[in-house]
Amino acid sequence: MKVSYRWLSDYIDLAGIEAGDLAEQITRGGIEVDGVESLDKGVTKVVVGYVTSKEKHPDADKLNVCKVDAGLGEELQIVCGAKNVDAGQKVPVALVGAELPGGLKIKRAKLRGVESQGMICSAKELGLNDKLLPKEQQEGILVLPESVEAGVPIEEVLGIRDEVLELDLTPNRSDCLSMLGVAYEVGALTGRPVKLPDTTVASAALKAADHISVTIGSPEHCSMYTARYIKGVKVGPSPQWMQNRLMAAGIRPINNIVDITNYVMLEYGQPLHAFDADKIDGGRIDVRLAREGETLVTLDDQERKLEPHMLLITDGGKPIGLAGVMGGANSEVTEQTVNILLESAKFDGATIRRTSRQLGLRSEASIRFEKGVDAARVVPALDRASALIARYTDGLVADGIVEVSGEIQTYTDVEVSYGKLNRYLGTELSTLELRTIFDRLGFENEFDGKDSFKVRVPSRRGDITRDVDLIEEAARLYGYDAIPTTPIEGPTTPGALTRPQQIRRELRKRLADAGLNEVITYSFTHPERTDLFVHLSGETKPVRLAMPMSEDRSVLRTGLVPNLLEIAAYNRNRKNEDAAIFEIGSVFLTDEETLTRLPQEKQRLAGLLTGSRTTALWNRKAEPVDFFDAKGVLEMLFAVLGLENRISYEAAALEQLHPGRTAAVMLQTERGGERIGYVGQLHPELQRAEDLADTYVFELDLEQVYEHADSSIAYQALPRYPAIQRDIAVVLDRGIEAGSLLALIRETAGELLESVRVFDVYTGERLGADKKSVAVSLVYRHAERTLTDEEVTELHAKVVSQLEQSFQAELRK
Amino acid sequence: MKERLEELRDEVLQVLEQVNDPQQLNDVRVKYLGKKGALTEVLRGMGSLSAEERPVIGQVANDVRSAIEAVIEAKQQQFQQQETERRLQQETIDVTLPGRRLPAGAVHPLSKVQQEIEDVFIGMGYSIAEGPEVETDYYNFEALNLPKDHPARDMQDSFYITEDILMRTHTSPVQVRTMKAMNGKTPVKIICPGRVYRRDDDDATHSFQFNQIEGLVIGKNIRMSDLKGTLLQFVQELFGKQTQIRLRPSFFPFTEPSAEVDVTCVQCGGHGCRMCKQSGWLEILGCGMVHPRVLEMGGYDPNEVSGFAFGLGVERIALLKYGIDDIRAFYTNDLRFLSQFARM
Repeated sequence: MKVSYRWLSDYIDLAGIEAGDLAEQITRGGIEVDGVESLDKGVTKVVVGYVTSKEKHPDADKLNVCKVDAGLGEELQIVCGAKNVDAGQKVPVALVGAELPGGLKIKRAKLRGVESQGMICSAKELGLNDKLLPKEQQEGILVLPESVEAGVPIEEVLGIRDEVLELDLTPNRSDCLSMLGVAYEVGALTGRPVKLPDTTVASAALKAADHISVTIGSPEHCSMYTARYIKGVKVGPSPQWMQNRLMAAGIRPINNIVDITNYVMLEYGQPLHAFDADKIDGGRIDVRLAREGETLVTLDDQERKLEPHMLLITDGGKPIGLAGVMGGANSEVTEQTVNILLESAKFDGATIRRTSRQLGLRSEASIRFEKGVDAARVVPALDRASALIARYTDGLVADGIVEVSGEIQTYTDVEVSYGKLNRYLGTELSTLELRTIFDRLGFENEFDGKDSFKVRVPSRRGDITRDVDLIEEAARLYGYDAIPTTPIEGPTTPGALTRPQQIRRELRKRLADAGLNEVITYSFTHPERTDLFVHLSGETKPVRLAMPMSEDRSVLRTGLVPNLLEIAAYNRNRKNEDAAIFEIGSVFLTDEETLTRLPQEKQRLAGLLTGSRTTALWNRKAEPVDFFDAKGVLEMLFAVLGLENRISYEAAALEQLHPGRTAAVMLQTERGGERIGYVGQLHPELQRAEDLADTYVFELDLEQVYEHADSSIAYQALPRYPAIQRDIAVVLDRGIEAGSLLALIRETAGELLESVRVFDVYTGERLGADKKSVAVSLVYRHAERTLTDEEVTELHAKVVSQLEQSFQAELRK
Repeated sequence: MKERLEELRDEVLQVLEQVNDPQQLNDVRVKYLGKKGALTEVLRGMGSLSAEERPVIGQVANDVRSAIEAVIEAKQQQFQQQETERRLQQETIDVTLPGRRLPAGAVHPLSKVQQEIEDVFIGMGYSIAEGPEVETDYYNFEALNLPKDHPARDMQDSFYITEDILMRTHTSPVQVRTMKAMNGKTPVKIICPGRVYRRDDDDATHSFQFNQIEGLVIGKNIRMSDLKGTLLQFVQELFGKQTQIRLRPSFFPFTEPSAEVDVTCVQCGGHGCRMCKQSGWLEILGCGMVHPRVLEMGGYDPNEVSGFAFGLGVERIALLKYGIDDIRAFYTNDLRFLSQFARM
């Protein structure tokens, strides 16, 4: 809501309060003032000039030489290039020494040899928003009404010696969508009284009821409809001051009738509509819902298909307006209009909202209806507009209001406990202070002498319905700053992270410490991306947004890896070719095509490694990452999570991954082995499509991790007896996995084997293409005594022979 | 014999003076002090001495040996020292060459800020509650005093999936879920961090996905002054002891009274700068006393208990804290951006 300071001072005395101070007070009172704009934008020495003559410039086709009376006694000679300049016009003249918005200074000048003592200005040059001007005034110089006098400063004529406060209203304060509402607010803040506009309508012999009638077909959508009949109006421009005020409020002047309805809407917050009464069949108004298949051409010349939930103004038959949203072209007020029907009504907010939403038609009127207009202002606004129309269009307002309305509630009684109020706020307001606050708000109030305040809240403040609303009014007028700061009383509570929260933090920290950077990506993605990397998701359908912003962000992600690929590609395109990243976040799974219940949200951890593990250095080569880097990250995490002994890796062929370089991560649980993740190299084809170098990814289901992670630590005494180490190298078929080799060694060697570790894997021509050599280091130890060489040799021999038997392994000598 | 010994001593000492490497020194030792050395040779003649002379000469011989050994010892030490020095010189490296740095990745700035805020509230006795990002209209709006067609729904244009299911527009539904789970018990003291979604065209200050942290306290006699006290403590722990707060009346459907909270500008300390548009204040929080209707829907009797709630945007705090000028940077994940947050 744009509030002109000068206009506002019609309703409340603002003496001694500058616009800036006013803005600050209003803001601190709870309505944010976004800005204060000075309308004159620094214009000086621009006055009204009367063009007495216009001649062609002797040396320039497009220029005119004008003689202008600017009230200085002597005529000025001004060269002007505007096409529309003409003798007999009143125009704005920037005198020599004038300053225009943007800092342009006017000097004496010669244009093609002809002296020019000033400049005739366009609206734009004066800093006016030309979009708000009537179309004919948007081009060329600004032509002023003939009635203005030469020499008068232009700021006075255009009403721009004024400042406009831009209020950013919260939805509860729609009462301030009117100048009067703002005046009441300022009154509450300053303690000054509000002056109401004159709504006196002269009585006439003509009876409205003889010309118009009103019925309401759907009273649940329209609780009140009032109308007046005005005869013999002359449609034309509205007075300059009114146009100025409308423009200051951001509304374009059209003609006197429309301008007056808009002006009164801004004053009272009550939208009005004027129909050409002669275009309404039988002068009859019926308010009803639309019927299937009905259409209406609205004022903007668009044909609207109407739906049964839309509220219409009809002439008893056909629609003539979309209630509260926009009038119909078939009943529009035009220059030929003589008699009008003026409407002031209260339509149901939700109905209007739905209609304006659906048609994409939001107007100043619909915004106000949506938020609910004040029933107590329906008639005053009608009268105020009628009075103005009578004054400025020579119309005759017929006697009587034709209306249909139920009982009007002009106030709500709300009771608030004095004790509760102070307890609730932590304040010590006295009853007198409280009284003063309610008085300033204009709320009648009565204290019972004990604890209860009975407060009568006028209907203009529809947002106040219960005691806490009054407590808020008291708090904001008392001042939030004056409320003390106290500590909470009562029992103390221990604060702590839940287990999943602790685990997530630990994972983040460990991964970052290991050199991975955490990323956070969007939950919305392209539908095609939800088919990728669903190895932990099972059969899932993407959850689709009803109205996505774009196809790229139209469904919820089903995995984290596709997003990591995008991040890696983005960075690669910016020459960050080495990336080690991870994300912890939710994925959204469902088996429903259309959701009837919430999807499952599963927390996942995913990581990606690409490029080099180490950057080339003076003493070291760049080493490209490989599968075992990615696997190593997981091994580290599982060690931290106390899961290392329950995890195994199984070669797996998973889509989008390299079939020979991918493992399913299996967790041994009481339910058996469960796949809780995967790790592998991107399939070369996908890698190419994503524009990436060799890339390794992993993903883990965190729900399983939360369930099974074990952070208990049971100390194991350090060994007191020496260990014996034996290394062996065996040649075996390439297809035999190290994992099964180690498993067999552990099984055969039994308890005396403390640890076993692969320390070399070799393939080469000497061994044959399908063979490999694996070198393993075994450490034997007994907890309670020193092992003898003989018993180790014997056990070790058993291990070797078992390997030979089971894998046809050959001991390398 | 005494003279012979003293001559020998003088000869050895003279020879030793000329010695300048460990090899020569060893040769000298063998030559004079060894089993077949000159001193041993002289002492062989001891047998022919009288009983009175023997101890005297013996004493002299010992003195001579000690004198020689002392010099040899000194020489040896000198050579060792020289050798050490030589080695040290040889082993000298250019210590300005870079080291083999261990990798240090970074936790995302949004996580960092979120954890920091969580820690402040944990210290104040709050638990951390979480809930789904896809919510029902009931939990996201209706139970928060935002019935269908409420004009305030405009404030939060939402991503609907069906008529009744949507991406949560705030983490308030977690508050409702917590209240219901508490079954009317007090005190409730939680914060709810998480991702939220609002239909917004992305620009430097808006993102359709962002993170919120909301807090909820319910108990007997919770006052608005407690809310102020809590927020003051929070911002002072987050931004420093000198930070002040300023509450401005505002509107949220789920609180009454409601307020927006400004803090002393983190950049200029309140003197006025570009960041705070010369006001000295930055808006960072919304808060208020829990609306009685929300308490009722959460299973509490507003005549028995009261509460306060507050909410802030994690991105907003991170932008201010690190001086970042574009919210989109958090979601672009440029490694050059991320790696700047590796610091403790």
